[in-house]
Amino acid sequence: MKLRWGFIDVLVILYALIPVLWIVSLSFKDPSTITDGSLLPTKWTLSNYAGIFRNDDFLRGLVNSIGIGLISTFVAMVFGTMAAYAIARLAFPGKRLLIGFSLLIAMFPQISLVTPLFQIERSLGLFDTWPGLILPYITFALPLTIYTLSAFFKEIPAELERAAKMDGATPFQAFWKVIVPLAVPGMVTTAILAFIFCWNDFLFAISLTSTSAARTAPATISFFTGSSQFEDPTGSIAAAAVVITIPIVIFVLFFQRRIVAGLTAGAVKG
Amino acid sequence: MAEIVLDGVSKRYPDGTTAVHDINLTIADREFVILVGPSGCGKSTTLNMIAGLEEISSGELRIDGERVNERAPRDRDIAMVFQSYALYPHMTVRENMAFPLTLAKLPKPEVAAKVGHAAQLLDLTALLDRKPANLSGGQRQRVAMGRAIVRDPKAFLMDEPLSNLDAKLRVQMRTSIARLQKRLGTTTVYVTHDQTEAMTLGDRIVIMYSGVVQQVGPPEELYDRPANLFVAGFIGSPSMNLLPAQVRDDGLHTIIGVIPHRSRGLPPEVVAGIRPEAFQDTRIRGGASFTDTVDILESMGAEKIAYFTFETGETGESGGTAFGDGAQVVARLDPKSRAREGEPATLWYDPAAVHIFDPDSGVNLTA
Ligand SMILES: Nc1ncnc2c1ncn2[C@@H]1O[C@H](COP(=O)(O)OP(=O)(O)OP(=O)(O)O)[C@@H](O)[C@H]1O
Ligand SMILES: [Mg+2]
Repeated sequence: MKLRWGFIDVLVILYALIPVLWIVSLSFKDPSTITDGSLLPTKWTLSNYAGIFRNDDFLRGLVNSIGIGLISTFVAMVFGTMAAYAIARLAFPGKRLLIGFSLLIAMFPQISLVTPLFQIERSLGLFDTWPGLILPYITFALPLTIYTLSAFFKEIPAELERAAKMDGATPFQAFWKVIVPLAVPGMVTTAILAFIFCWNDFLFAISLTSTSAARTAPATISFFTGSSQFEDPTGSIAAAAVVITIPIVIFVLFFQRRIVAGLTAGAVKG
Repeated sequence: MAEIVLDGVSKRYPDGTTAVHDINLTIADREFVILVGPSGCGKSTTLNMIAGLEEISSGELRIDGERVNERAPRDRDIAMVFQSYALYPHMTVRENMAFPLTLAKLPKPEVAAKVGHAAQLLDLTALLDRKPANLSGGQRQRVAMGRAIVRDPKAFLMDEPLSNLDAKLRVQMRTSIARLQKRLGTTTVYVTHDQTEAMTLGDRIVIMYSGVVQQVGPPEELYDRPANLFVAGFIGSPSMNLLPAQVRDDGLHTIIGVIPHRSRGLPPEVVAGIRPEAFQDTRIRGGASFTDTVDILESMGAEKIAYFTFETGETGESGGTAFGDGAQVVARLDPKSRAREGEPATLWYDPAAVHIFDPDSGVNLTA
C-alpha cells in the first residue's frame, strides 16, 4: 500500500517537474544543439542567460513586472484586508451582494474584457502605462484576497477583539494590534497568491501595452527574436522563463515559515 | 471603585428576541454580585450591556451616577474576564497583562511595576515570559485575571470564568477569586450557571430566568425565602421537593400524606416545597412524618441521599418527577442514618419548614 502511494507520488511529481526540467535544460543548451532532443545538454552554455540580460527590453520587462506586481499586490491587500475583515466580523446591509459580486468578478472570463478595456484605457490615456495594468490586476486580485483573508479572519476568535475593546483599545487598535498579528500567516499567503497572479498574467500584459514602457516580462518574452532571422529564440525564451520563475520560488521559500498555521493556538481554551 | 445601577434595562436583539427584560438592580461599591440562571436566560447579555459590548435597547445604565449607555467600553473603565480567557496568543504573559496599560500610554517603569505586582498577587511571576499556548488551563485563567486587575478598574465583570476548569481546580480558584475580590475591594459582577458557585461566592445573588430577574438577595435569603417556584427549584442541591397538594381543612394533602397546615387564605390547589435537608429519620417533636420504601440510597460520606418514589397515577404536574408517572421525593440524611436501600424508612419533618407556592403564578405564599 505504502509502496503504491509512493509510486503514485513519484509519478505525479515527475509529471509536474519534467516540463520544468526541460525548460531548464533548454536554457543551458547551445543554439546548435537545441533540437537534439536530449534531456541533458550535450553542449553547456550560459550564452542564453548572458543574452537576455543584455536585452534592455527584457530587463525593462522585469522591472515593470516587479513594480506593477508589487503595487497591485499592496493595494489589493490593503483594500482586501479591510473588506475581508468587515465580511468576517460585521453584519451590514448588502454583505451578501458584495460577496456575490466579488465571486462574479473572480469567475468572469478575462478575455471578454480585453477589448472594452483596450478601448477605455486608450481614451483615458491609461493604455501602455503602469496604472493601465495595475488597475485590472487589482480588480482581479481583490476577490482572491477578500476570499482567502475572510476565511483567515473568521478563524480568529471574536472574543479576542472584545477583550481588546475591554482593555481599552479603539476598534482600529484592536484590529491592528490583535487581529493583524494573528492574521499575518494568512496575509502573507494571500499576498503571495496575489503577486503570483499579477506576475503570471499574460493576457492583459500583451493586450494593454504596446511598448516596453509597461510591458511585463511574460509579454516581453513573446517578442524575443533570434540574433538573426534564421535563428530560433528558443534558448533565450527558456532562459527568460527560468529567470521569471526564480522570484516566485524565492518568495515562497522565504515566507514558508510564516505560512505555517497554528499561530492562534492558546488564544482560547484548548 | 464604583456603584453600578441598571435602571429598567432591556435588550432586544435585531431578530426580535427579548434577551433581557426590564432589569432594575443597584450594585453597591465594593459589592460582589452574582448573576445566575439556566443557559440562555440572558446573563451574558446583561454583562455585555454593562461592559458596553452590547447596546442597551432601553433603560439606563449608570456608573457612579453617570449615564454611560452611549460610552464605548474603553471609556467605562471596566475590566472583563471571558469564559474562554481570550488571551492574546501572540503576546507573552507579561505583554498580555501589560496590554491595557500600554494602550493607556502609561510610562514603561510604571507598567513594569504594575505587571510585576499583579503577577506576584496571582503567582504568575515565573510564567511572565511564556506564551499562552504553553500554559495550563488554570494558569491561563490566572493570566486573564491578571490582565483585568493590572489597571485597577472601577469594576470587574466575569463571564463564567471557571467553567473551563476541572472540578477541583474550580473550587480552588473559586476561593482565590473570593479572596482577591475582598482584598482589592473592586465592585464585581460575576456570571455563572452553577448554583454552588453562586451560593459560595457572592454578597448578593441575582437569579434570572428567561430574561427576567426572579429574585435578588443574599444567598441565605434566597435559600430560606425563595420568592417563587423557579428560585426554590434552582437554589439548593439536591433541589427542593415540589409536591402538588390539595388544600383541605386538616392540611395539605400530598403524596407523602397530609402536611398539617392552616388552610385559611390558601387557594384550593398549591405546591408544597420541602428541602431535602428538612427531612431526618429521628423523631421531631410536633413534626409530621411519612413512611416509604427507600428506592435508592447514595452514601456521600458526609451525608446520605435517599430517594423515594410515589405512584401518582397521573402524569405531569407532579413537581420533580424523574421516573415515569411516579413522583420522586429526595431526602438528605445524616451519615449515621439507619435507612437501607429497599427497606422502609420513616422520615420526619417540621411542617413550619414547608414552603407553599401558588401553582399558577409560582409565587411563594409563605415567604
Ligand atoms: N446576537 C444575538 N441575536 C439574537 N439573539 C441572541 C443573540 N445573542 C444571544 N441571543 C439570545 O438571547 C438569549 C440570552 O442569551 P445569553 O447569551 O445572554 O444567555 P446566557 O444566560 O449567557 O446563557 P449561557 O449560560 O448559555 O451562556 C438567548 O435566548 C439567546 O438565544
Ligand atoms: Mg453566557
